[in-house]
Amino acid sequence: MFRTARQRITFSDIMVWVIGLSIAVVVVWGTISTLQSGKYSAESWFDLVIKGLALGGVYALIAMGYTLVYGILRMINFAHSEVFMSGPFTAVFLAQALNESGFLNRQPLLSILAIAVVSMLVSMTIAILVERVAYRPLRNAPRLVPLITAIGASFFLQYTFRGFYGSGFEAYPTIETLNGSWVFGGVQLFKTQAVVIISAFLMMFLLYAIVMWSKLGKAMRAVSEDKEAAALMGIDVDKIIVFTFALGGAAAGAGGVLYILQFPVVHFYMGFIPGLKAFTAAVLGGIGNVPGAFLGSMVLGLLESVGPNLFLDGLGIPTASQLKDAIAFIILVFILIFRPSGILGERLTKSKA
Amino acid sequence: MLKQKFAALSLVLVASLLFAACGGGTPAYGGAPAYECTDALGCVEIGPDDPIHIAYALVVSGPNETLGIDSRNGIEIAIADTGGEILGHAVQFDGEDTGCSAEGGQAAGTRLAADPTIVAVIGTSCSSEARVAVPLFADAGFVVVSPSNTAPDLTEPGNANSYPGYMRTAHNDEVQGAVAAEFAYNVLGVRSAATIHDGSLYAEKLQEVFAESFAALGGTVTTQEAVDPNQTDMSSVLTSIAAGSPELIYFPIFMPAGGFLIRQARTTPGLEATELMGADGLFSPDVMEGGGAEIEGFMVSSPLVQGAEYDAFVASYEETFGTTPISIFHAHAYDAYMLIKAAIEAAAIVQNDGTIFIPRQALRDAMYATSNFSGLTGNLSCTPTGDCADPYIAVYEYHAGEYPPEVIWQP
Repeated sequence: MFRTARQRITFSDIMVWVIGLSIAVVVVWGTISTLQSGKYSAESWFDLVIKGLALGGVYALIAMGYTLVYGILRMINFAHSEVFMSGPFTAVFLAQALNESGFLNRQPLLSILAIAVVSMLVSMTIAILVERVAYRPLRNAPRLVPLITAIGASFFLQYTFRGFYGSGFEAYPTIETLNGSWVFGGVQLFKTQAVVIISAFLMMFLLYAIVMWSKLGKAMRAVSEDKEAAALMGIDVDKIIVFTFALGGAAAGAGGVLYILQFPVVHFYMGFIPGLKAFTAAVLGGIGNVPGAFLGSMVLGLLESVGPNLFLDGLGIPTASQLKDAIAFIILVFILIFRPSGILGERLTKSKA
Repeated sequence: MLKQKFAALSLVLVASLLFAACGGGTPAYGGAPAYECTDALGCVEIGPDDPIHIAYALVVSGPNETLGIDSRNGIEIAIADTGGEILGHAVQFDGEDTGCSAEGGQAAGTRLAADPTIVAVIGTSCSSEARVAVPLFADAGFVVVSPSNTAPDLTEPGNANSYPGYMRTAHNDEVQGAVAAEFAYNVLGVRSAATIHDGSLYAEKLQEVFAESFAALGGTVTTQEAVDPNQTDMSSVLTSIAAGSPELIYFPIFMPAGGFLIRQARTTPGLEATELMGADGLFSPDVMEGGGAEIEGFMVSSPLVQGAEYDAFVASYEETFGTTPISIFHAHAYDAYMLIKAAIEAAAIVQNDGTIFIPRQALRDAMYATSNFSGLTGNLSCTPTGDCADPYIAVYEYHAGEYPPEVIWQP
């Protein structure tokens, strides 16, 4: 967007700016009229913001898988939604067994940890398998080829899990410790959401630390910059790629546990929408960029949660909440018009820029 | 070498096709046919040893599978109760999954409509499927009897969604919506309500009828919202409903969205004590799972079937399938089969050698002529547009850990 005066401004540039400005006008106008109408109490807004952050936390953990793989292989792993689904859809059987034996509510912390471990392990295994079977043989093929196998792998996984666990859905039992809420001066904070937000922050920090400060993380970043040079420096590129998929898969499995704490129903098709949203969040924040994925996810979660009531209610649009996805994606367009490589920018090195 | 292989393979293929043609052919070609079919829609000819083919188009997989499986169980009991035969011919019963969506209805409808041996179809489960599948069945000349479509459009005279040959043994939602509104206003005593639909034909019409009836009784409808059937996060819709502070939320939708609404309503500021009510689409054991502990006190309107014959039916259901009925439209499906059987017996032309001809238009006419037919669900009489039900709607309440829900009110 930073052009010198000598560069010509084309017609499509003007169109894009007009679209961007009209989105901005509608958003500002809608927000002002909603706030003036006073339809929603401060308590409602607080509730929506918290729910948005909790949703964003889940998106962030899924988005890590997209962003890490993109950073290394420059490809979008469209099977990642199924990697996300596989963990919680498998761990539900453990949760049900723990509930039946009564262990779940006697040792809630241990139970949640066990569920999380199972979920992360399953998602990690699936991610590694997908890499081994669907991507590695095509490492040197043209870029579009692994994209198609990714879609194929996605369908294959969906229907495999449908075959394994059935086409109906399974519900997670209620964990009694997490029921209820704390009240601070009129606003209510539900325990589940607090747990989700705090865990999401912690896990994102852990992932960031692994990528930035561990030896493997350093090797990952080296492979991301230049595969050949990294191989010449004695880095086993295949191993690093497997590690990347494993890390992304484990993050998705952990995200799955946070997801089921909020929406405790799982089925074979559950990965599709969150996967799509997380991918969007990764692009929004700047794909290939770890803090960007986190920021993008939080922004997307908030937009989805607060957006319909804040932007559209004041304009008198009926059933605004059904348009929440449309709002989220329009804001995505808006941001990408002004920052084409995402909020924090795609992490480009000299060789790729 | 390769060419030779191909030649051999095609020879085998041609031979097998010939065999298949010989084996499946009807013996009627031997002599001069004694019956000349003059029916406007043609006839189904069934040889002395051939079965009568009746198909189902029900949702038997996915989140709403109990609805369709329950109906299919009802039909299987009806077939068993009648000795598996109609007019001395065995009944061939199979079908397609419709997935409770327009896409599923389209796929199942296309496959079934291509099979000319089918005499009648029992289905569909959900009204959205009917909207796309029924026109296909109508073109194919089938008789279609739905055990659980309730959207008013499907049998409304002159409506684009109303097709010839379509009938239902389920109630019309004009009845259900009005009963639900009456219950809410007069029995629960609520004066303000909000509604939510999921864009399906069933939900959209039912909440509309509810809202109109509720307003006619003197109640206020604060808002009419909509969600997506695959939506999981309901916070924004619930917050905007909470802003109108209704005393009741009526959401006649399906699983899993219904379960998420039940759970999340209790954690939305302002809705902690609001009454929640759904309809027959949320009468299923899956609602117990999907709703978790928050299910307590959740109400649904649904048909109520009673009587000694029904008790006998439930006993044989339990004996055959090892469970009490899992949803609500099993008796309606049983009646649907019985209606079809009676109509085939009335319309079919039986030849001396055992061959029967079923004229399709005459079969439809026989179905529409049904009057005072004694079924499990009551005395059935069909209107010219296909409403055959004898509706009796009750209100049920869910309690945590108990299925089926308890009847708390009946008119």
